[in-house]
Amino acid sequence: MALQEQSLPLGGVAPDRTGKYRTDHLLVAEMIAAGSKVLDVGCGDGELLQLLESRGIDGRGIELSREGVNRCVARGLAVVQGDADTDLVNYPDDAFDYVILSQTLQATRQPKVVLENLLRIGRRAIVSFPNFGFWKMRLQLLVGGHMPRTEHLPATWYDTPNIHFCTIKDFVQLCDEINVKMERAVALDLYGRPVPLNLPWWVWNMFGEQGVFLLSRGTGK
Amino acid sequence: MTNLQSVSSPSIHSEDRAHEADHPTSTVAKFDVEQPLKLDCGIDLAPFQIAYQTYGELNADRSNAILICHALTLDQHVANVHPLTGKAGWWEIMVGPGRPLDTDKYFIICSNVIGGCMGSTGPASTNPATGKAWGLDFPIITIPDMVRAQAMLLDRLGIETLLCVIGGSMGGMQVLQWTAAYPERVFSALPVACSTRHSAQNIAFHELGRQAVMADPDWHHGRYFERNTHPHRGLAVARMAGHITYLSDAALHRKFGRRMQDRELPTFSFDADFQVESYLRYQGSSFVERFDANSYLYLTRAMDYFDIAADHNGVLAQAFRGIKTRFCVVSFTSDWLFPTSESRALVHALNASSARVSFAEIETDRGHDAFLLDVPEFFDISRAFLESAGKARGLDGTGG
Repeated sequence: MALQEQSLPLGGVAPDRTGKYRTDHLLVAEMIAAGSKVLDVGCGDGELLQLLESRGIDGRGIELSREGVNRCVARGLAVVQGDADTDLVNYPDDAFDYVILSQTLQATRQPKVVLENLLRIGRRAIVSFPNFGFWKMRLQLLVGGHMPRTEHLPATWYDTPNIHFCTIKDFVQLCDEINVKMERAVALDLYGRPVPLNLPWWVWNMFGEQGVFLLSRGTGK
Repeated sequence: MTNLQSVSSPSIHSEDRAHEADHPTSTVAKFDVEQPLKLDCGIDLAPFQIAYQTYGELNADRSNAILICHALTLDQHVANVHPLTGKAGWWEIMVGPGRPLDTDKYFIICSNVIGGCMGSTGPASTNPATGKAWGLDFPIITIPDMVRAQAMLLDRLGIETLLCVIGGSMGGMQVLQWTAAYPERVFSALPVACSTRHSAQNIAFHELGRQAVMADPDWHHGRYFERNTHPHRGLAVARMAGHITYLSDAALHRKFGRRMQDRELPTFSFDADFQVESYLRYQGSSFVERFDANSYLYLTRAMDYFDIAADHNGVLAQAFRGIKTRFCVVSFTSDWLFPTSESRALVHALNASSARVSFAEIETDRGHDAFLLDVPEFFDISRAFLESAGKARGLDGTGG
């Protein structure tokens, strides 16, 4: 995989010139040290897990859809069929170095409980989600008058698995509320490029199509 | 009972079965009095023998061996013609060149379990002390006993660590027992359609089968060999009941519905009017030809006693603590004998033990028996899991 060596504003997020991996996956992979033990909750067809394994990270997954699990097992990944909302309670404390929730938060019934579980099972959590505060979303609702649909959220309102949308701002507020420390935050724009860090939050909230957050347990807990 | 007489004319004579029990067509590993099998019931079984089949070649560093554990009424004839029935091996669909258990890559071993009737010492074997068949004098055996015997066979074959142990149903129980008892000898494990314990409902069905065998006047309290007979009617009923549990309502309905057999109208009798009745009678009759009634009693009992957590203070995760074995647990949606919920409980325990575990539930309406049938999703998963296990173990592509 030919990675561009140039240093990017947000701590070395290099675009994948081969197009083999999604930018948000590469971004997540950059946040994790080799040799770590990682649980990917809602791992889909295992694309991120495979990327992590290729970098010497010991990955496990949970996936709700049977097809997804079968594809993961067929890739030789250790993935279990399960539901983030109900199965995380079965995992012991500190079982993993990192727990990843990639583009899944909005599909959980209890995002807050799930988030709390992530940081109980893992010492750190990496959460990415589509930002409902993204300007295109706002525009679609404001001007078009219908529920927004984007490349990342292509489902129509009546058949979407996503039930709890939030904006980057909402998420930051939730993290505050449950005393989660934000170690790194990255917003990716429409083209998957990181929005510069030095811009104020409202810009992120407006121009980030998705947010990727590296979280750890807050101190006051 | 006239309607069951029709299933009671075996074409394979009991002498053939008795001969196969002592002198099987398979390779046999014999263990003398110096190497007893230490049974859970406290008895040292010696001498004893294990009949087994192998397929493929063991590579130079002995890293490509896969043990197949067979289900309750099956045997070691996985991928060759069965010596009694003349039918193809029970898992030829899975085992062979280019198949998921690729005999060009892997060295496949399958032994007849201890207590069986196809050449491993069991109730149909001759008791050296009396010169007659063991019958009910044979000690009660357990799943751990079966696995202990298999471990002795592997020692004999010079295989320290298995690339994979795979099996469905009772075979799956053996897979789990292998990982609990000899975790360091099992690189990867593929338990299919099974559970860490036999449920009350399953024990109930087994009891039904055993009572059917024992109620047969030809059973003679297990001493039927001496009377040159076999409780085939009771055993056929046991098999019929068992067979229903291996299928699903949907599969039976798809296959037979309420269709009549060779007639338009009911005969207003207890003949096999319905196709499903004929099918069950056929299943019963073909089974009694190849299987020993006492073996059925012993093996069902072994499954009933199985409970991995019980040996670890009731905490399942304890059984797998710190285990390095890679697991792939597979269940089938329509399996009501070993439902997915039981596999899920196993997976949770394995996760809690920090084991490397995959779990897939495969959608099929074919019931428990799906692991023996042409289910491409299951083949794909098995193939991929074995390939990744082989890669992780540094197995070279050629298989040596």
